[in-house]
Amino acid sequence: MSTTETTPAGIGPVEGASVFTADNPAPVIEPPRKRTKKTPKSTRGNFEMYGWLFMRLSGVVLVVLVLGHLLIQLVLDGGVSKIGFAFVAGRWASPFWQVWDLLMLWLAMLHGANGLRTVINDYAERANTRLWLKGLLYTATVFTILLGTLVIFTFDPNIR
Amino acid sequence: MATPVLDKADATPEPGFADSPYITVTFRVRRFNPEVSAEATWQDFQLEIDPKERVLDGLHKIKWDLDGTLTFRRSCAHGICGSDAMRINGKNRLACKTLIKDINPEKPITIEPIKGLTVLKDLVVDMEPFFQAYRDVMPFLITKDTNEPTRERLQSAEDRERFDDTTKCILCAACTSSCPVFWNDGQYFGPAAIVNAHRFIFDSRDEAGEQRLEILNDRDGVWRCRTTFNCTDACPRGIEVTKAIAEVKRALITRRF
Repeated sequence: MSTTETTPAGIGPVEGASVFTADNPAPVIEPPRKRTKKTPKSTRGNFEMYGWLFMRLSGVVLVVLVLGHLLIQLVLDGGVSKIGFAFVAGRWASPFWQVWDLLMLWLAMLHGANGLRTVINDYAERANTRLWLKGLLYTATVFTILLGTLVIFTFDPNIR
Repeated sequence: MATPVLDKADATPEPGFADSPYITVTFRVRRFNPEVSAEATWQDFQLEIDPKERVLDGLHKIKWDLDGTLTFRRSCAHGICGSDAMRINGKNRLACKTLIKDINPEKPITIEPIKGLTVLKDLVVDMEPFFQAYRDVMPFLITKDTNEPTRERLQSAEDRERFDDTTKCILCAACTSSCPVFWNDGQYFGPAAIVNAHRFIFDSRDEAGEQRLEILNDRDGVWRCRTTFNCTDACPRGIEVTKAIAEVKRALITRRF
């Protein structure tokens, strides 16, 4: 019926005796974090649902905030060349732009952090790697949010 | 007048025979035998086959005539038992529902075991984690009424229609093993388990929908779905898997708000 053409494979006669036999088979490669009877541990609570919802809602708000921000900063009224200390000071004199920037900072940071958290959950296989990556992520997020908030609220236009 | 005999048709066609439906196809199969080597390797088989035949027929030809050590699962061979899901030309399909002519037989046809599960031998994988996720969503009818029913549980045609799509699942694991989240993290329930939870959550006769929703609300539940639609593409039964997952998500959110 046909001819067989086999590429050199680990199957069939190989040079020398194989170290693996029926009684001593090679180790199989198990996928990471295999599900067993005992896993996953139930984690009551709606955190994941709120996280998922937050991503959608903050995404919609951010489209307006970020595009508006880019338009004002880079396109309208002379474009990027107008930006300077005086421009920022003038904008932050108004509570409207303070709220805008604060909202943008918080939403963008939390949105990005939550996105990275899911990426870590998806791709980091070992529990320790997850722990460290998430620790690093949360530290950076909290630091940036706090620093940004501090600057927006304590900004002093008369600084020398 | 001579009686027509079948022998001729069954016989191997002569080489160069003009009307022969047979073509030469290369099957490139991912082989793994832990009793011989720790390495998985590609092995090529060339066979004469009618392009209107299925990939499973090709595998049978290999196993029966060329190399009896080739190991794969198949039971009914007609697309309903869900045993022979495998990765054919890089896509999860049932070998018994894939025709050779539909997957470009001019190039070698690659056949691999489904991803994300432990390969035991050749195309056979350990399905236990997959079935564990299935068990964890309690895929059976639960009622609060503990008495033995005295008549059948009736349901309107509309109520039946609500979950009709997800009743088609044959548990072949083509969807779950096509999911990139599942490849990297086996703790995720996977599309198949969610589809089977969906089948009971939206069944008007079932009374444990709340419990199942709570299970899928977990860290490793529906919220890990990234909506890549790999599962919907892979499903040999044409179930809209991603849609079913989205319906469970929506049920979870509307339950809360």
